[in-house]
Amino acid sequence: MTNTLHRYGKAETFRDDYIIFALPSKGKNDHGALEKLKTFLGICVRHRPANIGASGKSSFRPSASLNPSVHWKRDLEPDFGVVIDGVKRAGTVGAVFDSREKAEACLREVVDADLGLSINISTSVEGAKNVGNACGVPRHSVEYSLGFQDPHDHLPRGQILELATMCGHGMVSFHLVQKMVDLVREGRRTPAQAVATLTRFCPCGVYNPSRALRLLQESHTQH
Amino acid sequence: MQIGHQKCVACSNCVPVCPMGAIYVDTSINRATIDYDECVECGTCFRGMSQEHLNPTMVRAIRGLAKMFRFRFEPEPDVCPTGAFVMEELEWPRIARRVFSDPLVEHKSTGITGRGTEEVKTNDVAHRVGIGEVGYVIEFGRPGTGVRFHQIQAMTMALAEIEVTFEPKNPITHLMTDNSTGTLKEDLLNEKIMSAIVEIKTTLSEVKNVLDTIRDVSKRIDTVIAIGVSTRCDEAGEDPLLASLLHELGYTFERSKTNMGLGRVTNVTGEGAVDEHFASVR
Repeated sequence: MTNTLHRYGKAETFRDDYIIFALPSKGKNDHGALEKLKTFLGICVRHRPANIGASGKSSFRPSASLNPSVHWKRDLEPDFGVVIDGVKRAGTVGAVFDSREKAEACLREVVDADLGLSINISTSVEGAKNVGNACGVPRHSVEYSLGFQDPHDHLPRGQILELATMCGHGMVSFHLVQKMVDLVREGRRTPAQAVATLTRFCPCGVYNPSRALRLLQESHTQH
Repeated sequence: MQIGHQKCVACSNCVPVCPMGAIYVDTSINRATIDYDECVECGTCFRGMSQEHLNPTMVRAIRGLAKMFRFRFEPEPDVCPTGAFVMEELEWPRIARRVFSDPLVEHKSTGITGRGTEEVKTNDVAHRVGIGEVGYVIEFGRPGTGVRFHQIQAMTMALAEIEVTFEPKNPITHLMTDNSTGTLKEDLLNEKIMSAIVEIKTTLSEVKNVLDTIRDVSKRIDTVIAIGVSTRCDEAGEDPLLASLLHELGYTFERSKTNMGLGRVTNVTGEGAVDEHFASVR
């Protein structure tokens, strides 16, 4: 989940963006990891995450067989059960929380479960440190994002970057984000509808719909 | 990736969906078309869009009628009404595009999906980066820009000249023909991908030299580079060295990925030893 490291924004804007993820290391602790990963996700769901993901399945997903009524009525709610049932391989699984309190409560239960998997938190530098300290677990290693080097001016303005980089694998395109921002500003989509559209493009389930909703609502007043 | 022109109704929903901007409506045939050289085979159009499987002839007729009367129909923006995308079988070297762009495809060299790297995410059991050492994660093409392998090679060759250590369990290292020079397989060099990560490791004293080199090369290659720098914390969970050094060098950082040290070696036949030092902290 390098894809969660380089989210664009100041530390303060990650106040509603805490990602906790678990993964085994091949040859070290991957034997029997499948059940532990499911246990981890089960713990996460108890603490009301904004999104979860595993094995390429997100709690917000596209559908391969819609009927035309979808243009008037579309499900905007996450489906956590499908993600947990769909864990088929020992890889990275994760959950996104929209408050420090939820992240702390989840990590506390994960510590108690003693799964033996590597557990990481992706958020602001101080945010991760504080959550760890509150749960009695000091940081083992830390990776800082030094941001983007863009001497050739490829990147769009900050608001588009904030919304697009929540899928670090690049599945949420700048053009789509701009389109959804415009649709919301023109009153042709609600922020919640726009967020659900963007979230469905992130197959790993790390896109944060709560933060995206806040950013889109703020876009009403930004130029 | 291909678009079946028998099915496409030129609704243009897929045009903004493509992260590389490689899809456009060809007005001479009135069908969405993919710029094959710019497409990185990420699968966003094929997998990310929902599908309706409507009859193309009927949809074209309705769209044509609405267009005549200047009616605006606002369909869901992430739906392909006829399921027109076809993910084709790829051969070397084009298949490298999919491996480095589609996050659901596993990198065979590391057994990991996404960008295929473990970095310090498993440092509590893998011990890649020790105290006093610095790990670097140099990612090319993200966000939303893409990169060709010859641009990555420009960086790996520059880094090889300053004698860094390339992480062996990394997909780009796996594609090198000579680690001492940083050269990549020649038949890959013009392939375009969404992004790729080079992982290296040095001592603390080399941080300035490495970051200066990255900055210099980034001016020569027409893409975006994202940099992550990692280290091992002390027993109290503090980083007394790297953070202050980065500040001294003028770098700021807002976000981090933090390994909480809860992992341990549990495989009965697993290689490597339990980290006794941190076992007591846990």
